Amino acid sequence: MPQNEYIERHRKLHGKRLDHEERTRKKAAREGHKQSENAQNLRGLRAKLYAKQRHSQKIQMRKTIKQHEERNVKGAPAESEPSNPIPSYLLDRANPTSAKALSSQIKSKRAEKAARFSVPIPKVKGISEEELFKVVKTGKKVHKKGWKRVVTKPTFVGPDFTRRPVKYERFIRPMGLRYKKANVTHPTLNVTVQLPILGVKKNPSNPLYTQLGVLSKGTIIEVNVSDLGMVTASGKIAWGRYAQITNNPENDGCLNAVLLV
Amino acid sequence: MATVAPPPSKRQKREEIERTTVQQDVTPLLAMDLGSFKANFIDGDGNQMADVIEINFADASEKNVSALLNTMMGRDREEFTPYRFRIHIPGKDVIVDQYPTDLLGLLKKHGVNNPFETTITLSAEPQAVFKVQAVSRMAHKISGHGQPILCCQFSPATSSRLATGSGDNTARIWNVDTGTPEKTLSGHTGWVMGVNWRPDGQQLATCSMDKTVRIWDPTTGKSISEFKGHAKWVLGLAWEPYHLWRDGTPRLVSCSKDGTARIWVVNTGRVEHVLSGHKSSVTCVRWGGTGQIYTGSQDRTVRVWDSVKGTLVQSFTAHGHWINYIALSSDFALRTGYLDHTKEIPETEEAKRAKAKERFEKAVRINGKVAERFVSASDDFTMYLWDPTNNGNKPVARLLGHQNKVNQCSFSPDGTMIASAGWDNHTKLWNARDGKFLTTLRGHVGPVFQCAWSADSRLLVTGSRDCTLKVWNVLKGALAKDLPGHEDEVYAVDWAPRDGAKVASGGKDKAVRTWMN
Repeated sequence: MPQNEYIERHRKLHGKRLDHEERTRKKAAREGHKQSENAQNLRGLRAKLYAKQRHSQKIQMRKTIKQHEERNVKGAPAESEPSNPIPSYLLDRANPTSAKALSSQIKSKRAEKAARFSVPIPKVKGISEEELFKVVKTGKKVHKKGWKRVVTKPTFVGPDFTRRPVKYERFIRPMGLRYKKANVTHPTLNVTVQLPILGVKKNPSNPLYTQLGVLSKGTIIEVNVSDLGMVTASGKIAWGRYAQITNNPENDGCLNAVLLV
Repeated sequence: MATVAPPPSKRQKREEIERTTVQQDVTPLLAMDLGSFKANFIDGDGNQMADVIEINFADASEKNVSALLNTMMGRDREEFTPYRFRIHIPGKDVIVDQYPTDLLGLLKKHGVNNPFETTITLSAEPQAVFKVQAVSRMAHKISGHGQPILCCQFSPATSSRLATGSGDNTARIWNVDTGTPEKTLSGHTGWVMGVNWRPDGQQLATCSMDKTVRIWDPTTGKSISEFKGHAKWVLGLAWEPYHLWRDGTPRLVSCSKDGTARIWVVNTGRVEHVLSGHKSSVTCVRWGGTGQIYTGSQDRTVRVWDSVKGTLVQSFTAHGHWINYIALSSDFALRTGYLDHTKEIPETEEAKRAKAKERFEKAVRINGKVAERFVSASDDFTMYLWDPTNNGNKPVARLLGHQNKVNQCSFSPDGTMIASAGWDNHTKLWNARDGKFLTTLRGHVGPVFQCAWSADSRLLVTGSRDCTLKVWNVLKGALAKDLPGHEDEVYAVDWAPRDGAKVASGGKDKAVRTWMN
């Protein structure tokens, strides 16, 4: 797989091979034969992988064929009996169901006494304290005490962070696990930008984790969006917005979040 | 020991002293001589009813003037009909609909400074002699249907029988007095879209999504006949008016989504005529008292057919969108045939037909001529008032004002007003003579689906998607009673036509509710 544009560069400088078109045409013509040869002759792990790939390809093909078929048929839409009994003046109208769905959606939202925010990831598996903290023993050989804890998950500490005096520090947040930036996706514009984190607003597992600044999946963080150039309704430039973390940063090594608009 | 009243407090003593010392203002107590005016009474057609008479302003309340008019017309005390008056301001073209408490003040406001010199014309509209009380409470909640109720209608003969049709493929007859189900009419294989009683109350017709129409005997609950023939769902029904029955058998017209209406002969079950011509689903059908059938369709036209020959008479194209409903000015009279609010039923067949015919003609007589008018309500937010006999192909008036589709319209039983219910949550009232807008009844928070008049035309009940019914006092243009109680949308409302003390409603919550005073 090309890591840079040297292939395109060569093409621009020297042009394509003289028999390029013929070769691509012939290669495309051989596709069918090659696929059947693979399907029949591959063995073992390769066969399984190939079969899986081919299966998903076929599903996509069937979908596009069906779409094409529907496009060609120009009949009247099927007059099916509506599912719920409605009087004659409501027949042939689509409005009632969608309006009802909206109102029942609103009502069910109100009935939910839980979180007032509607976030993309509403429920997260919590992190237990045994999982988050590793006990670090301090003290001399006989009088070892284990009141210090090391945070094993990514954290955010803030730009003006200085450690407490080491003797009194209860929670250790290792430098290697500190993150300053997040890859934030704007949900409607579909752009992902790297934005500096301003702070951790809420960690859904535990308020203690919020204070420590632990970054896990589902945590609400505040990011600096001045790069995106968003303006509020009153005309002021927005520079801080909430985002919710969507991946497990301790596994991936990067922090992905989606902006809450 | 006898109870002794407490001694007067300081405030009471002070007020007593003030009353005895200060001069009281006695001017309101003196009957001021405000003068008098000359009143000329005309009836609805513009003809003079009685001689011009001088009336004192001090005595000119609406009740007194109505009593005066009755005596001048030579009626006995028992035969008095209450009248409503509309004041025509002399010199200007203004007609005041509401009789004011201060008549002199109203005339002065309109610039008539010397009312004693001018003759003031009062147009009198007779009101129904009996008065229907507004329903105020839910009398019964009768469950029985398994699916939402789609239509309901009281029997014209007695207000204790109610028929409802539902999405569970049955129609049921309920005894409203005891609040119990009486008969279950099962046989249809599709939702029952419409129930219609025969004008003498002896039979019931239902139409359904299974493309058939069935006739039932309400006393036994058995199906008498089944009419098959339509190609698609049957959406509405209308019985032939009582005074038009030929050969001793009633006829029935049904309209369907297949664009046709069919006239069935009930006794034999045969199709007499197929009225085809509409290009799209026929949403509403009505049988008029002059032997004409009115059909409204989704192809934006209203067609008038001759019921004897089965041919097209006229076609009205003026609407811009689907026609939702057609209401005739004689709807109430035709629905009840020879049965009116008195308890007398004529003896012979001939007498019944004559009475039915007389009631119909009384309802549609304008200026001495029998002119049946109708209103078509449409999805294009407007309605048209048509008068085929007088105005031919052109509408009498266009009733503009609704801000969303108009679902249903209805003439009042005395033929003076039109009520229209729309998807913009408003019910609007219009003058039936010229189609002028009278007032809007606001109150519902969801689309108003149906409206029904009380038999004396003073009250209107509306049912809406917001699960409430509202009873309106039409004269004041205000809400008389709010009837919450339904748990889901209200699809059908009806007011008992004969002894109008009951309202029935059915909707999505599958239980019939009856309301009484």
